[in-house]
Amino acid sequence: MEGFTLAQPRSLDDALAAGPQAGAKYIAGGTDLMQLAKDNVETPHHLIDIEGLLPDTISTATDGSLQLGALARMVEVATHADVRSSWPALSEALLLSASPQIRNMGTVGGNLLQRTRCGYFRDVGFSCNKRSPGSGCPAIPGESRGLGVLGVSDHCIATHPSDMPVALMAMDASLQLVSPGGGTRLVPFAEFYRLPGSTPEIETNLLPGELIVAVVVPRSASARRSRYVKVRDRASFEFAVVSAAVALEVTDGTVRNVRIAMGGVAPRPWRLSQVEAALQGRPATPESFQEAASLAGEGAVTTKDNAFKVKLMERAILRGLQLASA
Amino acid sequence: MVLQVNGQRVSLSLEPRTSLLDALREYAGLTGTKKGCDRGSCGACTVHIDGRRVVSCLTLAARAQGKAVTTIEGLASGDDLHPMQAAFLHHDAYQCGYCTPGQIMSAVALVQEGHAGSDAEIRENMSGNICRCGAYANIVGAIRDAAGRA
Ligand SMILES: Cc1cc2nc3c(=O)[nH]c(=O)nc-3n(C[C@H](O)[C@H](O)[C@H](O)COP(=O)(O)OP(=O)(O)OC[C@H]3O[C@@H](n4cnc5c(N)ncnc54)[C@H](O)[C@@H]3O)c2cc1C
Ligand code: FES
Ligand code: FES
Repeated sequence: MEGFTLAQPRSLDDALAAGPQAGAKYIAGGTDLMQLAKDNVETPHHLIDIEGLLPDTISTATDGSLQLGALARMVEVATHADVRSSWPALSEALLLSASPQIRNMGTVGGNLLQRTRCGYFRDVGFSCNKRSPGSGCPAIPGESRGLGVLGVSDHCIATHPSDMPVALMAMDASLQLVSPGGGTRLVPFAEFYRLPGSTPEIETNLLPGELIVAVVVPRSASARRSRYVKVRDRASFEFAVVSAAVALEVTDGTVRNVRIAMGGVAPRPWRLSQVEAALQGRPATPESFQEAASLAGEGAVTTKDNAFKVKLMERAILRGLQLASA
Repeated sequence: MVLQVNGQRVSLSLEPRTSLLDALREYAGLTGTKKGCDRGSCGACTVHIDGRRVVSCLTLAARAQGKAVTTIEGLASGDDLHPMQAAFLHHDAYQCGYCTPGQIMSAVALVQEGHAGSDAEIRENMSGNICRCGAYANIVGAIRDAAGRA
């Protein structure tokens, strides 16, 4: 790990003023940044500690929406009574993330920005278009079992590794941001992450120095009946091979509203709109669930190692629908 | 920088990049906390900060200032072992012992969190602590015992 300075600003304004400088990085829980720095995947020169400068609270607004402070710890969100009852997939996704120790440290903002777990990206001994643009992608012809099948490009097939954002994607969340000039904006979650295309090094639409302040999650009947299914290679403390967040509203046996997002398959949490469309207004029966889930792989671009994910996606969605409708 | 470790003030002169784990082991002379992966994946370095279990390898020492750090050395009172330490001894909950300080720190927190309700709950909530010797069965036994449901 290379050396760096560590600033602990007293105010948010001071942190924002330091944010855009070359080599600067904000640090929240530090669980991803420290790993990346130890492996020289990221080499920050100036760390800016944002502890205490942004909200860490979990609350509900007058319109009933859930407000998650960017510095709220993963464990706090996962175990919050309102989250458990009204946004259960969010709680489940977080409880199935990492380990108790990491959940005590990691924050909402940091989890949204966790970088890919692609082994080539995380090992500076390999070339990688995301880490050093233009150097090539050894993953596509190489070990790609864990990598993406949707939204990928010829330049990068890395997946976004976090669980929580998959649940947020099925709940139409938005992000509240603040930029160095002090301006704030609200960005729909679906517009936050970018696809790799020919610039896999650019992962989000955050401006230089911009900070995530909070996540806003609307209250809805489908979120209330949401579930999270995570398929992984060991029973616990492991990233998803494939995961599915399913939010479902059924009235009188008919699907009124459904939102499905998947993790482990794309560079960002992936909405399955064709599966949703196939369910909308249909009877909530095993047959229509199966029929809709079979559309999961539409548009998938697979490698010889990860073609199995298409079937696994179908099954994860099916399980999610079964759980959410039970 | 000044750290508060096991109730004692420890004054150290360290680079900002120093992890809490290295600060404890290499500079404060507290070698009970172990380094396994140094990447958050094994739990050998588990300590408590303000009563919560964390991995010290991914914690910057400088950022632990002003907080109460508890390590395995801080659990016993004099010669009286903490009940979790005694339970690990009684149940032979280790083989080589390398992961044990981290297991015990994690287990103490697990009981405080109220996660010792069943063996399955104990297992899930100890998933952040890997034991290369595979002493898991006895670790679960020790925690069940220490949590008072033996
Ligand atoms: C062994 C291990 C296993 C794991 N398993 C899982 C898993 O199964 N599922 C899962 O989802 N995650 C998993 N994780 C990842 C973990 O959840 C993330 O590392 C954590 O959520 C990151 O949060 P943090 O606050 O520590 O981020 P940091 O490391 O502090 O920051 C990460 C990035 O976000 C930026 N940042 C942080 N906060 C803000 C903000 N408010 N505004 C703008 N930028 C910000 C930082 O500059 C940095 O670039 C695992 C991690 C480890 C070490
Ligand atoms: S040494 Fe910290 S988790 Fe392995
Ligand atoms: S006792 Fe040897 S690693 Fe756990």
